Amino acid sequence: MEIPYTISTRPDTGLWNAKIGIWLFLASEVMLFGGLFSAYIFLRIDSAPGMWPHGLLNVPVGTMNTAILIMSSVTVVLAWASLKMRRYRAYWWYMLVTILCGVIFLTVKLVYEWPQKFEHFGAYIKPEALGKYEKYLGNERRAEKGMEPRIEITGHLHSQNSKEYEVALDPVNAEPDNPVMDRPHFFPLPVTDKIATIEKEDVQRATMFLPTHNAYFASYFTITGLHGMHVLGGVLVFIYMWLPVSKRLYQRNPEHLANRVEVSGLFWHFVDLIWIFVFPLFYLL
Amino acid sequence: MNNPPDVTQDPKEYEEYAHGVHQHVMRYVMVGITLLVFTGITVALSYVDFGARKANIAVAMLVATLKAGLVAAIFMHLAAEKRLIYRILIFTGFFVLGLFWLILLAWYDYPIFR
Repeated sequence: MEIPYTISTRPDTGLWNAKIGIWLFLASEVMLFGGLFSAYIFLRIDSAPGMWPHGLLNVPVGTMNTAILIMSSVTVVLAWASLKMRRYRAYWWYMLVTILCGVIFLTVKLVYEWPQKFEHFGAYIKPEALGKYEKYLGNERRAEKGMEPRIEITGHLHSQNSKEYEVALDPVNAEPDNPVMDRPHFFPLPVTDKIATIEKEDVQRATMFLPTHNAYFASYFTITGLHGMHVLGGVLVFIYMWLPVSKRLYQRNPEHLANRVEVSGLFWHFVDLIWIFVFPLFYLL
Repeated sequence: MNNPPDVTQDPKEYEEYAHGVHQHVMRYVMVGITLLVFTGITVALSYVDFGARKANIAVAMLVATLKAGLVAAIFMHLAAEKRLIYRILIFTGFFVLGLFWLILLAWYDYPIFR
């Protein structure tokens, strides 16, 4: 059976069917991400002083990924416009660039950004033991300046035994009184070679930067993970439309392919739109 | 954007239509560049101290909303769409605001921690 109204408009709605379909789907997506964002807001405003980390993510890499996603949004809309102008060759190239942008975005996330977190270690110090680690935390100075206390020591886990952790410190903990460390850096500073020994009995909780580490990483991995799955979904759809099978559809009915590209493009722009909020919320603020 | 003239079209009519699409292309590229510039601005502003972190968050969300508005209006063609789609979005807006409003309810629900 022929699917009706793939290119012609349905008289009562004034639209071809897939367009309404995609917008209803995007409406449900808004609710899905809306729930996660409201969870983010709730967790963040409810977090105890010092519990919400700042400046942990790699800003240049995040900015690059944002730019890649924006460029792919431009190329997908140009791909669609090329089909409308019946220039298949141009469409094919724009689509290829879009697919590559999506693949680069995902690769950066999965090969670089996430694994780096899995190798990073953080230990929350018990409130009563904070004074003992003052030289790594610099809380006296922070209290004077009215800043949130530091309650966590982070870095690379060198070794551990039943009694203690040995941590190669992050610069923040290596020079906690240096005013440069008060604000996040654009270029992330590498882990220092200064080693701190932290006794396990002084530690409230210590894990790698996994979703279990704190509310920040729980929401970071959930939201960027779900967003990443959307990018993957978009890339798979685009690959299908880029393959020769779609060229046959183009030869038969170019407007049908253009409409398919338009609705999948709408999905792609939505994914871009979500990232526009994810990027500042997790990387910058 | 308008639907094209019927598939079995008169070539002249189609020529005019394709010309219209062509004019849009430039606009898409300009919007893309604007979005990239705004991304740079967002990053730069996050290193400016506005006095309180809340102020920084407000500024960043304002810029993000502007960017999202551009994507929705131009790339997603919402600047000129059919009425039914606006209706769907009004419903969505209502419910998603309700979702965010629930945070307030939860906030006043258990004052143990504050």
